[in-house]
Amino acid sequence: MPLIETLARMEAVAAGRARPLTTVRHRHLAEHPLVLVPLTTSGEAGAPLGALVGTDREKPRLLTVPQPRDRDLRFGFLAELAEAVLPYVDGFADDIAYEERKETDPESGKQVPVQVELCTDAPQLIVPSAAGVAYVRLLGRSMRFRRTAEQDPEAPHPAPPHVPLLGRWFTHFGERARVPGACLLLSMTGLLTRHWATGQSALEDQHLAALLAWIDPPPGVPAQQAAEFAEAARDADGQLHCPPAGPATDPAFDNRLLAPAMARYDAGVPGAAQEIAALVESRLRPTWDAVWQGVDLLRALPEGARVADRWKRDRWSYTSHRDRIRAGEPPQPRQDDAVTAARKLASRETAQALLDAQEALDDPLVMAGRRLAGEAFRGTVTEVEMAYSKGRRPMPRPVVTLRTGDRPQLDAGGRLHRALDGGRTQTAEFVAYGPGGDPGTLLIRLTGGMGRGRTPEPGSVPEPGDALCWTLFEHAPRGGPALPEPEDTPWTHGGPPPAPGDAPSAAPDPVTPEDYL
Amino acid sequence: MTPPPLTAPPPADPAAAAAAATDAILHDTLHSTRRGVVVDSPPGAGKSTLVVRAARELAAAGRRLMIVAQTNAQVDDLVLRLAAKDPDLPVGRLHSSEPAAHDPALAALPAVRTSARIADLADRDIVVSTAAKWAYTKVEEPWRHAIVDEAYQMRSDALLGVAGLFERALFVGDPGQLDPFSVVGADQWAGLSYDPSASAVATLLAHNPDLPQHRLPVSWRLPASAAPLVSSAFYPYTPFRSGTGPGDRRLAFGVRGDGSPVDRVLDEAAASGWGLLELPARHTPRTDPEAVGALARVVRRLLDRGGAATSEQADAPEPLTAARIAVGTAHRDQAAAVRAALAGLGVSGVTVDTANRLQGREFDVTVVLHPLSGRPDATAFHLETGRLCVLASRHRHACIVVCRAGVTDLLDEHPATEPVQLGVTVKFPDGWEANHSVMAHLSEHRVVG
Repeated sequence: MPLIETLARMEAVAAGRARPLTTVRHRHLAEHPLVLVPLTTSGEAGAPLGALVGTDREKPRLLTVPQPRDRDLRFGFLAELAEAVLPYVDGFADDIAYEERKETDPESGKQVPVQVELCTDAPQLIVPSAAGVAYVRLLGRSMRFRRTAEQDPEAPHPAPPHVPLLGRWFTHFGERARVPGACLLLSMTGLLTRHWATGQSALEDQHLAALLAWIDPPPGVPAQQAAEFAEAARDADGQLHCPPAGPATDPAFDNRLLAPAMARYDAGVPGAAQEIAALVESRLRPTWDAVWQGVDLLRALPEGARVADRWKRDRWSYTSHRDRIRAGEPPQPRQDDAVTAARKLASRETAQALLDAQEALDDPLVMAGRRLAGEAFRGTVTEVEMAYSKGRRPMPRPVVTLRTGDRPQLDAGGRLHRALDGGRTQTAEFVAYGPGGDPGTLLIRLTGGMGRGRTPEPGSVPEPGDALCWTLFEHAPRGGPALPEPEDTPWTHGGPPPAPGDAPSAAPDPVTPEDYL
Repeated sequence: MTPPPLTAPPPADPAAAAAAATDAILHDTLHSTRRGVVVDSPPGAGKSTLVVRAARELAAAGRRLMIVAQTNAQVDDLVLRLAAKDPDLPVGRLHSSEPAAHDPALAALPAVRTSARIADLADRDIVVSTAAKWAYTKVEEPWRHAIVDEAYQMRSDALLGVAGLFERALFVGDPGQLDPFSVVGADQWAGLSYDPSASAVATLLAHNPDLPQHRLPVSWRLPASAAPLVSSAFYPYTPFRSGTGPGDRRLAFGVRGDGSPVDRVLDEAAASGWGLLELPARHTPRTDPEAVGALARVVRRLLDRGGAATSEQADAPEPLTAARIAVGTAHRDQAAAVRAALAGLGVSGVTVDTANRLQGREFDVTVVLHPLSGRPDATAFHLETGRLCVLASRHRHACIVVCRAGVTDLLDEHPATEPVQLGVTVKFPDGWEANHSVMAHLSEHRVVG
């Protein structure tokens, strides 16, 4: 844990209330996010029990499965979920703008600009917790390989229409959620813990109600007491006052309320299905309200300046998946091949570096954490000495002396970066500490951001008295080298993967032949 | 009656054992029909010497050779070693187009040419560069042979980027050092043979399990006091031994100890090769001021007391200078704090760095801040076997560990809880076990500070 977060957590304990970790909101929050609160059946992987879903906090749509082991009822649930989710997801597909992008021309091999469609907005799903994100992924995996009667009339158990399509979208959201800073699918606990530090452990922070108790405690109640109440308090019947945010349910609920109701349903008792629906809704509704309470808290924070830039990447992601579905491509494979896995890892590492840099640049409190960690420093210019590079075309390389109270971890020749107006960046290199190795005085040499001429552009060289913030990390980190195409996978990595057409890529699991997941 | 050994016993003489291993490696490299050869090398077992020798023999056999190393420092070091062995060998150093991309010392070597473009190096027998730079290189026709150095520190996806450039390769590395890592989660690929965050050797062997595998059996760096511990704690199934015997290396001080804990731990380390300076148990921030101060005082006294190191490399005892001492830590901020404390005591010229950056380096005496010292928890990062292995295997004479009391209790309170992933080879020893065996050994050389 970064030192500044440790400090914030200690302050939260002392103050009896969560402490902010940021001054702005670092994640995009859609105007109308789709909130999904799922519940699952204990003891059976991927068997949904019910869900609340919708974009209107007053009118969630309740879906329940009175007997989750009944596959027909499960399909019925998934079909209803597709009805609730897909119109929302598709609703962003046709509102497009055009962007210019460089693509390699297949004939000439040159980079040529092309006009491509980019959706102006994208859907956003919010689930209560990280386990909810994993559940969306699981549902996606269980649905995307199903075949509808329309797709394959021979399929033994055809899925209702749209269920495979929902599986593909859920898989896409689940994969995108692994990209640092991506906002197509978010968990409320993840959003809140990014912006506030509580006085409890990271594990306890996964309990949405307890987390909210720290951030927004009821009036007159200390946060710790409210959080403990949310986590553990039970009524006279032994039921939790705050049901868990799911998808797992509380065993006391399963044993004492749900199991008898299901037994009545199995026995054909009239009204049993409605009874189960009411029970499930009673567990879902508090979490549904908690998610919206979290949305309100986050909306009160102003959005970070570079959040829109990252949301644009999410829009690209949405647009390109829309294109893959429209082009009739097959669902995402069960497993990534070697090249795809390596590409995904590389792009996520770049996204992480970009997110870390942008959050710090958007937010002085985040930057303070980086300064405390020795990865950035703030200082006041005391002296600027003009100098020029050697060579045929001397370029300005002024040496700037700064006074700082920070203690950056600098090596001689280390690169430094500073944000200029208009989104540009100035680079510099560390030269030396002040006289006698005084760590409070730093000499740095500007190496860029001064234009192309022999004379620096006006305003591009700081003046004595200016307060500057330099970082040791890049502001727009680039990705690494390109990897080979999958069909050129080398011998060290098992050679090229089987092409979709020529091999049984969907070979069943050897132990359970019916399992194609 | 004892059954006859299945294979010939290793030669008793370490030099003969090492030579036999090297010969077998070079034979497979030059003549095997397989596309790869893997060599495991424990710390200080002559890995660089092997790479230089294999490179020269491949070049002499007329096979154009590319060498892939992981960092620019490793590449520069290899080029310097190649040139020292054979000043006329035409070597190319491919480097990035950044300023100061390579060691300026390379400019003085007549047979070495440096360039940022592979086309400029077309006539070189051997071209050396980093994996990152090679990945940007395009070739018409793959190279006949490659040597991949530090292959256990190379990530699988880095090998994916360069493996198309060569037909066959010799992979050399130390399996006990730090595993490659990723700053983002890669659990989704755990258990796949080509997990991009795994080491290059893991992927290579998963897809080519029948490649010839060798290992170097003798550590020339570690003294007789250290090799058995490092071997049993970190390489339990592939033991190695030291090239020198118990009396071959000696460390002595010209100035008698003053009886303080720091001096007593120095005397213990000089006598036994190991010393543990144990500070009172306490939870501290990473840059524990007391521990940092103790590290600095240990170094100061090492220099003040006129240490002299006797070894097989010189006829007479050599003075222990600042350049032959290193301080190792787990985190960069700890290293920075130690540097500041050393400067405060007027010490300069001592290498202070993290385990990651000390990999592959060698010193007479190392002073180590234990990765778990003062911590309230034992995370996977701090328990990683490779981190402790690197810190405990950089020295030729003695290693002094500074640590808060209570590490064994901390270990017992934090058993490994990482989920078991299907298809992932369980690595032995785990950090928990290795930490315990090292602490058990160190406690015999403990001085309470």
